[in-house]
Amino acid sequence: MAIHKQTLDEVLDLASAHFKVPREKLTPDDDFFKTLGIDSLQALDLLTRLENHFRIELPDYELQGVSDFRTLADRIQARL
Amino acid sequence: MESFDGQALSWELRDGAVELALHRAPCNEIGSLSLDELEKFVQALDDLQDDAHTLIIYSELKAGFCAGADLRELYRRSQELERNEAAQCVRDYLERIHRALNAIDASPLTTIAAVHGVTFGGGFELALVCDLIIADKMARFCFPELRLGLIPGFGGIPRLKRDLGNAIVRDLLLTGRSFNATRLQQVGLVSQVVGEGESLRVARATAAQLGKFDRSTAIAAKKFIKPIPYEELQREIDLFCELFSQPAVEAGLRKFVESEDALPYLP
Repeated sequence: MAIHKQTLDEVLDLASAHFKVPREKLTPDDDFFKTLGIDSLQALDLLTRLENHFRIELPDYELQGVSDFRTLADRIQARL
Repeated sequence: MESFDGQALSWELRDGAVELALHRAPCNEIGSLSLDELEKFVQALDDLQDDAHTLIIYSELKAGFCAGADLRELYRRSQELERNEAAQCVRDYLERIHRALNAIDASPLTTIAAVHGVTFGGGFELALVCDLIIADKMARFCFPELRLGLIPGFGGIPRLKRDLGNAIVRDLLLTGRSFNATRLQQVGLVSQVVGEGESLRVARATAAQLGKFDRSTAIAAKKFIKPIPYEELQREIDLFCELFSQPAVEAGLRKFVESEDALPYLP
């Protein structure tokens, strides 16, 4: 569980830094499309940044329907 | 013509390298205008190669290298024409793009695709024509055609088969998922992965290295290691045209055209 929290924190930190949204405004259950104000092109950019950061491969079909940070972190955790 | 400044692309000769810049917003979609200018470039290449050793293809747009065929134009045209006319129109378009890409593939110049961001469909196929792919670490590669009921039509399948093993070729084609640059370097497609915004600089540095070698030797080496699968390329055109007449394609294209999403072909 501690490892998962670390993954979630890193996802939130990365999203906050890259999309310039204050970290305290991001919560695990936020819809990242809405909170970050991003479209699918920027979501693809986020996916690439996450893959590069965690050194994993995250097929985009596994993210179909995923829009909150917590589930996104779950998917990443499953690849670590 | 040593330089050209068109609506979709431009080129110039710089330090022994021909630099072909793509700049048709939103992401260098290849429609009739781009194809006209690409054909013009291929014609000019015959003269340019006398004074150059390298060709670098890159995009000036932030969104990426190239998002592939202009599907909106393809759909609009197919709606304006009778079914048989539309099929012939697609075949003519594919024959033209294949002629242009085959000429770049066979060029005596050493060719480099300097890519970043979206490198999808026909854009990926344009990169596959080149001898070397230098990718920004944020580049993303994908063949989304199966989502539209089609296969890649700009020579992607034969060139993937030429360059890569079955596992990655089938994954790319049959899942339609996107891959990052690091993964495609691991499987042997991308030559160098570089930092954000660095692909053109690194391509120019690579071109400077290529310029040190005897041209006739470099040409002979390229010819020896990079055969062009002409027969399979022709079969790809035939299969694409056969699939294009299926009702699923019209439905897929309509869904794409009506979507307001920036990347409607992603899951």
